[in-house]
Amino acid sequence: MEKILVGLKRVVDYNVRVQVKSDGSGVETDGVKMSINPFDEIALEEALRIRERGDANEVVVVSIGSSESQQQLRTGLAMGADRAILVETASSTDALTVARVFRTIIDRENADLVILGKQAIDDDNSQTGQMLAALWGRPQATFASELTFDGTTAKVTREVDAGLETLEIDLPAVITVDLRLNEPRYVKLPDIMKAKKKPLDTIPLADLGVDGAPEVKETAYKPPEGRQRGIMVEDVAGLVAALNDKGLL
Amino acid sequence: MSKVLVIAEHNGESLNPSTAKSVSCATQIDGATVDVAVFGSSVAGVAQEAAELNGVARVLSVEREENDPAIAAILAPQIVALAGDYSHVFGPSTTFGKDLMPRVAALLGVNQISDIMSVEGSHSFKRPVYAGNAIVSVDAPADSIVIATVRTASYQAADRGNNAPIEAASVDAELPTHTRFVELRTGSSDRPDLQAAARVVSGGRALASEENFELIYKLADKLGAAIGSSRAAVDAGYVPPETQVGQTGQIIAPDLYIAIGISGAIQHITGIKDAGTIVAINKDEEAPIFEVSDIGLVGDLFTVVPELTDALG
Ligand SMILES: Cc1cc2nc3c(=O)[nH]c(=O)nc-3n(C[C@H](O)[C@H](O)[C@H](O)COP(=O)(O)OP(=O)(O)OC[C@H]3O[C@@H](n4cnc5c(N)ncnc54)[C@H](O)[C@@H]3O)c2cc1C
Repeated sequence: MEKILVGLKRVVDYNVRVQVKSDGSGVETDGVKMSINPFDEIALEEALRIRERGDANEVVVVSIGSSESQQQLRTGLAMGADRAILVETASSTDALTVARVFRTIIDRENADLVILGKQAIDDDNSQTGQMLAALWGRPQATFASELTFDGTTAKVTREVDAGLETLEIDLPAVITVDLRLNEPRYVKLPDIMKAKKKPLDTIPLADLGVDGAPEVKETAYKPPEGRQRGIMVEDVAGLVAALNDKGLL
Repeated sequence: MSKVLVIAEHNGESLNPSTAKSVSCATQIDGATVDVAVFGSSVAGVAQEAAELNGVARVLSVEREENDPAIAAILAPQIVALAGDYSHVFGPSTTFGKDLMPRVAALLGVNQISDIMSVEGSHSFKRPVYAGNAIVSVDAPADSIVIATVRTASYQAADRGNNAPIEAASVDAELPTHTRFVELRTGSSDRPDLQAAARVVSGGRALASEENFELIYKLADKLGAAIGSSRAAVDAGYVPPETQVGQTGQIIAPDLYIAIGISGAIQHITGIKDAGTIVAINKDEEAPIFEVSDIGLVGDLFTVVPELTDALG
C-alpha cells in the first residue's frame, strides 16, 4: 500500500495524577506534562514497522488541536513518520468532528490505511476509529493486538472480553490498536534534529469545511467518590476473620 | 416519552450479563419504554432470556446468517434501520458495545456518550474520564437521538420474572462483505466469567511466572472465583489478556476482589472502584493498593497465599 495515516492526540501524560479544577470546569492542565496518547504511539510504531518491512511507502501523522500539538507531531516525526499535518483549532473537538476531519484528510491524502489508538486516556471515549470507519464505509478492526497484511486484505487479532478474535478485512480500513501490539521505540537525539527538517503542514480546521456535530455539553466535572482506606490485618488468621465478619466466606 | 432500544450481547447460546445491566440503566430514565434487540442467526433461546428481564417491554429478534457471529460493520446498519422508532439506543461498554455503538452513532450523525455511570435525566448523564479520576456530567442535545454505552459495573443486573413479547423483526439494510470473522480463541472457561463473578482473585507482576499463577488459580478455585490480573502480568505472558482488569482491561464490580502482588496503579484501580470489598496482599506496606483496600495484609504472597488457601479448608 502507498500511505498510512496515524492520529496523534496530545493528552495529559499517563503518569500525572489528574486533579479536577475547583470550579468544576475541567481538569487542571496548567503546568501539567503533556504527551502523545500512549495508544497513538503504539499506532505510529506499527505504521513505521509496516513501512520498514516494505508493505507501505509513507507514514503521515495527523493531530487535531491547538498549535501546541506540534510538539507531539514533532515527536512523531522523530520516531520516524515522514510528514505531519496539524488541523488547528483552539476549541476542543468531539469524536464525531474528529472523525469527519480524518475523513476529509483521507481524501486529500488518498490514504490506504488509518491506524489510531483504541482510546484516548483523557476522555476515555474509544469512538473515533469506529466513527471514521462508518463515515468512510470501510472495515474497522478495533483493539488490535496483532496484524498481518496480504495484498489487499489484513488479518487482525483483537483483544475482546471473551479472548482473542481474528477478523479478515479488506483494505482500505481503519485499525485501532491495543497496548500489546508492540513496544514503541525510543526517540534518539539525532532523530529529533532530523525531525525539525521534516514537513509539518498546518491547516485551520475552518478551511476543511467540516460540519460540526450536535454538541454534547459538559456541564460539570467532579472528583470521583473515593474509597476509604480500611483495616490492616496482621496475618492470614486475621484476614479470614475479617472476611468472615463481612460475611464474605 | 423516552423509548430505549438496548442492543443485546450474547454468544449465540446465552445472554451476556452486560445486557441485564444495560437494561437496568435504561429503566432509570423516567417513564422510558425499554425494548431489547437480539441479533444473530438463531436466537430463540437468547431472546427468551431477554424477555424474562424485568423492565423489558418487547424483544426484537433479528435473525440473519450474517449476524452470527456479531461484527460491528454488519450490525450497525441494521441498528440504524431500527433506530427511527427510538429516542435512545444503548449498548454495554464491553468490547462488543464499544466496538459497535460509535459506528451506529456516526451513521446517525451524532456523538456517542461512552460509559454512562448514572442517569440524571433523559438526556443528562454522568461518566468517568481520565481513568476515573474525574466524573463529568454531560447533556446530550435534546433534539437528537442518544446513542450510548453503559458502564456495566455501575449497574446491578435487572431481575428476571418478566415475560415480554418477542417479535421477529426484519430490517431492510444493505450489509457489507468487507469484514469477515475468522476465529475466536477463548481461554479455558471452566472458571467463572470475570464480568459476572461475585468473587475475583487477581495476580500481578509479583507472581513472576506463569507457573506461579497456579497459586492464584488454587485460591480462586477454593473461593469459586474468577481470575483477574494486572497489565504487567499480562504483558509478561503469565496470564491471557482477557483477564486484565483496569482502564484498558475489564471494569468489574464483584462483591469480593483480592489483589495479590499488585501495586495499585491508577489504571488498575479504575477497574475495581465499584467492588464491594477489596482485599490486598502485598509485601510493600507503602503500596498504593492499600489506600483503596478494605482489608490489607502486608506479607510475601508466596507464603501468605498458600496459607490462605489452606485456611479456607
Ligand atoms: C495507557 C495505559 C493503560 C494501562 N492500563 C492498565 C490496565 O488496564 N490495567 C492494569 O493493571 N494496568 C494498566 N496499566 C499499567 C499500570 O500503569 C501498571 O504498570 C500496572 O498495573 C502494574 O502492574 P502490577 O501492579 O502487577 O506491577 P507492579 O507495579 O510492578 O507491582 C508489583 C507489586 O507486587 C508487590 N510484590 C512484589 N513481590 C511480592 C511478593 N513476593 N509478595 C507480595 N507482593 C509482592 C510489589 O510490592 C508491588 O507493589 C496501564 C498503563 C498505561 C500507560
